[in-house]
Amino acid sequence: MDSILQVQQVSKKYGFKQALNQVSFELGAGKIVGLLGSNGSGKSTIMKLIAGLLRPGSGSISVLGLPVGEASKALVSFMPDRPLTEKWMKVGDALKFMEDFYADFDRIKARRMLEFMKLSEKERVTSLSKGMSERLQLTLALSRKARLYMLDEPIGGVDPVARTKILNALMEFYEEDSTILLSTHLVSDIERIFDEVIFIKEGEIVLHSDAEKLRLQRGISIDELFKEVYAEC
Amino acid sequence: MTIEFDNNQPIYLQIMNYLKGEIITGKLKPGDKIPSVRELATELQINPNTVQRTFQELEREEIVETRRGMGRYVTGREETIMKIKREMAQDILDRFVRGMQELGFQSEEIVKAVADNIAAKESRGV
Repeated sequence: MDSILQVQQVSKKYGFKQALNQVSFELGAGKIVGLLGSNGSGKSTIMKLIAGLLRPGSGSISVLGLPVGEASKALVSFMPDRPLTEKWMKVGDALKFMEDFYADFDRIKARRMLEFMKLSEKERVTSLSKGMSERLQLTLALSRKARLYMLDEPIGGVDPVARTKILNALMEFYEEDSTILLSTHLVSDIERIFDEVIFIKEGEIVLHSDAEKLRLQRGISIDELFKEVYAEC
Repeated sequence: MTIEFDNNQPIYLQIMNYLKGEIITGKLKPGDKIPSVRELATELQINPNTVQRTFQELEREEIVETRRGMGRYVTGREETIMKIKREMAQDILDRFVRGMQELGFQSEEIVKAVADNIAAKESRGV
């Protein structure tokens, strides 16, 4: 298995608050991995560190052997939990913006995805509903030809119908040799798409395992296990 | 194609059982092409790797055959299909007998219950 991402003993503090404590894990190629944790458990912090938007207090992160920096950023497509688009933009402007910014942005794929998502290039991003906005963000993130995609809460705060649409799009447009790290606290709707799951709690990784193996060994769903692990919170 | 998934069980086993069921009941016939990994993954909204695993297991059990560059097909061998039919029947029987035993029925009572049930159905012409 080719290693795409290596996170080694990463710690991060915000002021006095320990956001991450000695976090280590590795992701292989061609996997969809769920990063699961309740709000404030450190999911977004990990992603921002991998994306190079924050610096770790200690420890190291590398993508395909490259330490986080300019070269690694070219391999990673990140969909943050807040939209990347500006208020004045139309959907078409957002595409253009991404195209200017990233050499690996695939306009043809983006157009196909927009069509699938029923989004028009003429629409203003400010007029989009929450669900539509998430679809646009996902389109922007997945239209890059990256090796690692990080999606921070792509189904947070959208209704079940929009959720289904987003999951369909993920399955439809996912490139099988790339890796997706997807964070969520809504486990039951999405657990069937995961190869592996990582449980993060209070800044520490408490479990990293193959999803099917967990079901086989424990006879319970990832969602139920998730509830067990976080019950004491 | 719809499968009601139970997230408490490995997904690849559920897809396997579903496809086996389709083969046994003749909805998928010997020599029929089965959907690609991609098609099935999109349709069922599950991970392509999980579908891949299902197909690998079905190949290992010689239920599907891969023809290079053409896709996957249901085996044309009757005895393989009969074998999975027997296995699935065995499964149902095991579960039934265990359930009856747990309810406190003795062996002869279980046999009689089955015979009576079938007799009753036949007299109604079902």
